[in-house]
Amino acid sequence: MITIALYLTIAMVTLAALLNVYRLIKGPDEPDRVLAIDTLNVNAIALIILLGITLGTRMYLESALLIAVMGFVSTVAMAKYLKRGSVIE
Amino acid sequence: MNPFAEYAISALLLFGGAFTLVGAIGLARLPDFYTRLHGPTKATTVGVGAIMLSSVIYFSASGESIDISEILITVFLLMTAPVSANMLAKAAMHIGVKTVDNTEGHPWEQ
Amino acid sequence: MLDRLNFPQPGLSLTLFVIWQILSEGVSGGSIVLGLILAWLIPQLTHGFWPERPAVVKIWRMPIYVMRVLKDIVVASCSVAWLILSLRTPRPAFINYPLKLEHPLAISILASTISLTPGTVSADISDDNKTLLIHALDAASDQEVIDAIHNRYEKPLMEMFQ
Repeated sequence: MITIALYLTIAMVTLAALLNVYRLIKGPDEPDRVLAIDTLNVNAIALIILLGITLGTRMYLESALLIAVMGFVSTVAMAKYLKRGSVIE
Repeated sequence: MNPFAEYAISALLLFGGAFTLVGAIGLARLPDFYTRLHGPTKATTVGVGAIMLSSVIYFSASGESIDISEILITVFLLMTAPVSANMLAKAAMHIGVKTVDNTEGHPWEQ
Repeated sequence: MLDRLNFPQPGLSLTLFVIWQILSEGVSGGSIVLGLILAWLIPQLTHGFWPERPAVVKIWRMPIYVMRVLKDIVVASCSVAWLILSLRTPRPAFINYPLKLEHPLAISILASTISLTPGTVSADISDDNKTLLIHALDAASDQEVIDAIHNRYEKPLMEMFQ
């Protein structure tokens, strides 16, 4: 039963990622695109966890943690760039 | 694995996947940037939270040692999601992103 | 050099040390040494960014508040999900929220709570820390949202930070 639920969930998260890519391409403003990338990061974390459950290993958690940290830093950097025109003053 | 854990894991997985999908639908469907900000910052956090929880239950039910990295990631996401939403909202107000017509009130001039 | 061998923020140092032990592959001599170095170094490097000591915080009230927020996140997520899936057009609104809290940490906790609970995002704060700009996804009236936030989140925080 877990296997079916797992595949259904992977399908839903992948569909969500595709919708994010649609927003990333369509825009129309820069903040929309940054928001889409931020959401893609969170979806990537979800997919990595799901992959970990599928393969029965915890090895991938480290990379999920790294994506979480890097995703946050890059979103803040891009938001700051949009607001101030530079990242480090 | 005991059947109760299996039900719990499956339910949490589907719940999390559904919320992630609804957040993405909100991102694609809602009319302007400020309303779109609501979809992913919440629904996704709840979605990933549920998926993390099911992963914790799965690995503890299969008899592995307790590892709280998943909880750490969830707490990190819960702490950072409001900050990035706030930064993006400020950036959008600074640029002057258009709001949808039926919005009451208005963003502050910066 | 020797006079800097202290821990200016014991709480932060302890958190860093514990998190490093969690991230390492089991507690060993090496992870304890490296954890201690990080617990000392990071507070020293980030010293300038921390404000002066916080006000008296009734920390034992925190778990109740966190549980309430987690419950609200799940409940309100369902209503936002329903709104997204129904084809109704939402009624978004920008709301000026008059803050009664004064401590900066309390204000940032309140702002984060508002952003985390679905339906509302805190967008900006005025320069005098008196007004919070909130964007609500679907607000029937401004006053309703302001009252809900005040009674549910600001009052417990006011009791905590006195």
